[in-house]
Amino acid sequence: MVLGGKLPLTRAVTNIEGGTGAGLATWALIGGNETEDGIGASAFYTAIPLSDYDFSAYGAAVGFYNRVELSYAHQSFDTGSTGALLGIGSGFTFEQDIWGAKVRVLGDALYDQDSWVPQVAVGVQYKQAEHDALITALGGEDDSGVDVYVSATKIFLDQSLVVNVTVRATDANQFGLLGHGGDQEDDHTAQFEVSAGYMLSDRLLVGAEYRTRPDNLGFAEEESYDVFAAYAITDNLTLVAGYVDIGSVATFDNQDGAYLSLQIGF
Amino acid sequence: MRALTLFVAMTLTMFVPAAWAQEEQPVAPYVQSDANAGAQPLTDPAILAAFHGREGIQRIANRTVDLALADPQLGPIFEPFDMVRLRRTLNEHFCYLLGGGCAYTGRDMATSHAGMGVQTRDFNLLVRHLRTAMEEEDVPFPMQNRFLAVLAPMHRDVVNP
Repeated sequence: MVLGGKLPLTRAVTNIEGGTGAGLATWALIGGNETEDGIGASAFYTAIPLSDYDFSAYGAAVGFYNRVELSYAHQSFDTGSTGALLGIGSGFTFEQDIWGAKVRVLGDALYDQDSWVPQVAVGVQYKQAEHDALITALGGEDDSGVDVYVSATKIFLDQSLVVNVTVRATDANQFGLLGHGGDQEDDHTAQFEVSAGYMLSDRLLVGAEYRTRPDNLGFAEEESYDVFAAYAITDNLTLVAGYVDIGSVATFDNQDGAYLSLQIGF
Repeated sequence: MRALTLFVAMTLTMFVPAAWAQEEQPVAPYVQSDANAGAQPLTDPAILAAFHGREGIQRIANRTVDLALADPQLGPIFEPFDMVRLRRTLNEHFCYLLGGGCAYTGRDMATSHAGMGVQTRDFNLLVRHLRTAMEEEDVPFPMQNRFLAVLAPMHRDVVNP
């Protein structure tokens, strides 16, 4: 019995929402090391110590026959001493669960090198946040919501490049940690995630990302950026390290910090 | 002394792999054409130089076959076939696609892989061995990728053709 079968890094990595992508963005690739002939899985832990908060997430994904991906992630956003300044209590932690499903609908990011057609996937994420009463007090409409997205990923192998573009319909506040919808905007809006990576070896990918978020609440939400390096230590173990800037969070501007993620995959 | 020489010669013969000792076996007739290579050759002289010309390509092709035969997953897939012919046609294939000026005289990818039951994981294992062979030949990573970009679409003809 031979486990896996994907080439190193071609399952990409798990992003903060539990699905396959890079750091902040979702990609069209299917998680786990298995090909169209098997069922693979991955698990991750990610920590992002920001300027005034601490973000962490863990979760797992299962990839079925390189076609369907089901994922789960639990995110924690620890306000630490900033919580006291916000009047919600020192160490107050926003949390949410994210359940995701993704289907690859066409193309193959790796093998279709003689075509411009990318690998395209569509997906949904159901996000359920805790602390409904506080979310309402902040102006949020719901503690849960659904994101729908379309992702296109292409590996330009002859350029050693990988590019992804995702369009997401969402009403999530701070990725959903602060609920969905708000006093400024209650509908889903189109948001964008763009990633580009360069392969330095078959085990090392460096890249950058950009992601927009809705602006539904009274205090501003801004674009996020990150730069990252993903290193496949073995076929089963990947380390991602980077720098991320998610802009303003609940009136505290310039939230940036290190991005660290450890991932296993089969 | 003579007996010893004979003994050594016999021993060597016994341990020479059958494939090396054999001549290439005839195959059913087919139309030979460079079109069977399944892709247009790269024309950038920098590619050929990065692969160290025809000699380097030959080393890479042979090393890839050696690694595949030694692979517990791939070895049994390759073993039933004529390795003398495979080494020759794989070298021609690589040489043609890398702009080395060789003619490709083998069969097309779908025909030559029909019924072999090659799965994506097998295809990827061979890519890994080719990567290893290119690394050993000191082919720069971006140049490896330019070659693999030409080979990648053959996945659809090699896997379950």
